[in-house]
Amino acid sequence: MSIAACAGPFPQSTLSPTSDFGHSIDHLFRGIFWWAVGVFVVVEGILLFSIIRFRHREGAPAPAHHHGHTTLEIAWTLAPALILVFIAVPTVRTIFETNVAPAGALRVEVTGHQWWWEYHYPDLGITTANELHVPVGKPISIDITSADVIHAWWTPRLGGKRDAIPNHHNKIFFTADSVGDFMGQCVEYCGASHANMRLRTFVDSDSGFQAWVANQKAVPAVPAKGSPEEAGRADFMKYGCIGCHTVAGYSNGPIGPNLTHVASRTMIAGDIMMNTEQHLRDWIANPPGMKPGSIMPNLHVSQTDLSALIAYLQSLK
Amino acid sequence: MSEATGLKSWLTTTDHKRIGKLYFWTAFVMFLIGGFEAELIRIQLAKPENTFVTADTYNQLFTMHGTTMVFMALMPLAAAFFNYIVPLQIGARDVAFPRLNAFSYWVFLLGTMFMNASWLLPHHPAPDGGWFGYATLTERQFNPGPNIDFWLLGLQILGIASLAAGFNFIVTILNLRAPGMKMMRLPVFSWMTLVTSFLMITAFPVITVALVFLMFDRVFGTHFYLPAAGGDPVLWQHLFWLFGHPEVYILILPAMGVVSEVLPTFARKPLFGYTVVVYSGVLIGFMGWGVWSHHMFSVGLGPIADSVFALTTMLIAIPTGVKIFNWLATLWGGQIRLTTAMCFALGFIGLFTIGGLSGVTHASPPADLQQTDTYYVVAHFHYVLFGGTMMGLFAGMYYWWPKMTGRLLSEPLGYVHFWLTFIGMNLTFFPMHFTGLLGMPRRVYTYSHDLGVDDMNMVSTVGAVILGIGMIVFVYNIWRTRTKGAVAGPNPWGGATLEWSIPSPPPVHNFDVIPTVTSRLPLWDSAPAPKTPPGHIHVPGGSWWPMVAAAGLPIMALAPLTRTLWVVFVGGAVLIYGIYRWAYEPFEV
Repeated sequence: MSIAACAGPFPQSTLSPTSDFGHSIDHLFRGIFWWAVGVFVVVEGILLFSIIRFRHREGAPAPAHHHGHTTLEIAWTLAPALILVFIAVPTVRTIFETNVAPAGALRVEVTGHQWWWEYHYPDLGITTANELHVPVGKPISIDITSADVIHAWWTPRLGGKRDAIPNHHNKIFFTADSVGDFMGQCVEYCGASHANMRLRTFVDSDSGFQAWVANQKAVPAVPAKGSPEEAGRADFMKYGCIGCHTVAGYSNGPIGPNLTHVASRTMIAGDIMMNTEQHLRDWIANPPGMKPGSIMPNLHVSQTDLSALIAYLQSLK
Repeated sequence: MSEATGLKSWLTTTDHKRIGKLYFWTAFVMFLIGGFEAELIRIQLAKPENTFVTADTYNQLFTMHGTTMVFMALMPLAAAFFNYIVPLQIGARDVAFPRLNAFSYWVFLLGTMFMNASWLLPHHPAPDGGWFGYATLTERQFNPGPNIDFWLLGLQILGIASLAAGFNFIVTILNLRAPGMKMMRLPVFSWMTLVTSFLMITAFPVITVALVFLMFDRVFGTHFYLPAAGGDPVLWQHLFWLFGHPEVYILILPAMGVVSEVLPTFARKPLFGYTVVVYSGVLIGFMGWGVWSHHMFSVGLGPIADSVFALTTMLIAIPTGVKIFNWLATLWGGQIRLTTAMCFALGFIGLFTIGGLSGVTHASPPADLQQTDTYYVVAHFHYVLFGGTMMGLFAGMYYWWPKMTGRLLSEPLGYVHFWLTFIGMNLTFFPMHFTGLLGMPRRVYTYSHDLGVDDMNMVSTVGAVILGIGMIVFVYNIWRTRTKGAVAGPNPWGGATLEWSIPSPPPVHNFDVIPTVTSRLPLWDSAPAPKTPPGHIHVPGGSWWPMVAAAGLPIMALAPLTRTLWVVFVGGAVLIYGIYRWAYEPFEV
């Protein structure tokens, strides 16, 4: 376990937690792990010793026929029972501790979709996708559900996962203890592109988070007349993008990710590609080719319109 | 009494030994197919962002790998030994219902063919919802093709085979024991067969209910699992795992039974704590019903439910641990002969222990929230089902092969097979503990290089290739043994149970004279029974009707598959006609 924790960067490691929730689980797991190592050494030790010590030797007398031993049976029933007490007590304690809703938590509503994540901050009036921003050192309350099939939301370094189930609401509570960018992904099989349903959680400094909130609340300006951005904005309607995507002040599409501030995100397409001009081009030109099963179809956008669309999307900072 | 030969004699057979062999070969072929699917999975995952197979094909491969191994390879391999060995161990001439036994086999074969036929159709619409088939992903809205229909209909057919076999073995073991074979003299393998059979007849109705609901949702537009209309996908999970966890014990208990036979034979000591081993097996069978929600700790059932299921799950570790300690005590002070069968049985103890211990780490719900649905769980259950069940079944194959064929498998090739399997198994699955703890989810057709798990995945793939080479060695060993294997004689290992008192392979009627049993280890404790020439012995004759009745079931399943109502009446007529003719067949043929 220590070897794995030391080598190379492991952005989704469960062994280097950075939240109170993650630390509780890690502490519990390490305790159980060492009990398991102890039992492992005893059982495999006796097994190997017996194989070597009691190997058949020619001419040796037939072994005595022991049919059992009551004291031994009682002993090896009670020993594991006792060890399990040392595992069960902290387990139950941790279950209840990690299920207590912290007071004054920032609420985020997470909705799983095939194959992307929707984030809604009910107290801030912000809706975004795939990249979650939370402030460091503040309790966070995540409410998880799904719009279609079952998914599971997981940012390993911030703690355990919870399933996103339609008509159910699951909670995760955590307080992140360091600023950073933490990878995660959907961890319940949800169809063709389950592997491409990734996510990123940004733990921001207090001021960084405030700045992000202010930016997300702003309504994008209408592009100047005659600019490529303006042409792209028109194409956004021409190709029917508005039917699925919301851009505040312009469209109200309820199907795909909210694009109001898409240019402020680091990744696109369910967090599988960097948000660059080339990747936007590849993505819009053939979504199912980039992400198997993608509900966004290939709209056969002409090269000129594609450049304009990308200019528009990149203006949505 | 001479044995009939030729194709017809096999198609109409009601001899438990022949049916056991049919089960074995069918399940063995399915094991090779399921293993081939696993090799393709490992090739795809050998490096990040690989494009060896498409996402859709990958999802079919992991779905069918799991479904095949659980329902069409491991369970029927155990059933092959139930069929062949249990009547011999209890001193019977056949199972209680020989034609029902043939029916079980044909239903199993046809169910297997039905589900796998999906690979052969245009665009290979093989099942792709995972072996656990979670709603709502398996609903028509999200999976409109025939993929899930093949899966849910195939499983319903296979369930009928398991139910019929379960009833048959319960009646056989309870009623056909030789005189003096009290329950507490029953060999442990037969005991575990009995417990497994009770689990089969109680667990399969549960999944059948779940599958019928899903079929109704998909075919008739009901809403059992659809939240939009007031249904609940979590209902599927409760039903599936209420079946699914007893199923885990259906898979492991027979292997535990095999190990409990092999260890005493090759340590030259009786099983230590026979009574405790038997009772802990029975206790595991009961407790296996009270732990299902540990598969659902991330579903959000609430802290009280999570705590209760954590405690029941931890409790089941106690009888399991007791079994392991009794096996170790059986070895202690013995005269251990490291035959291939014994190597696999010892491998079972060593590897199953690892699987059991990682199981304790996710019996703890908070810890499980970091482990479930990652490769850590894949590592865990492969240590249980490969390190446990398969090692136990391999031990059984080497142990009983001479009884079933009259010839011994080659021991040198057996060692090569064992070591390739042992090394390959650990290389494949041990790194997965780390791959999972470092954040790689299960059931992903691709992964990012950024996760830092490239090397571990490559090691797993190399291990899988070594496992594959081990299987080739085993297949060659089987092939070679047909003509070149040493002739075994009745009791090549010096075993103590009744199957070793008769010739290898046994005659059609098994025992010339039904033995009278006076101890748990009849061949070690008492002189062999006197040979008296047999008088007239009744053995069941052949019959076509079990196969005809079985053929009705896949025909009926074509109706919901093709959404064509009249087909169900054709299949139903075949089934009823087969059963009718079967029922009125003359008793003595």
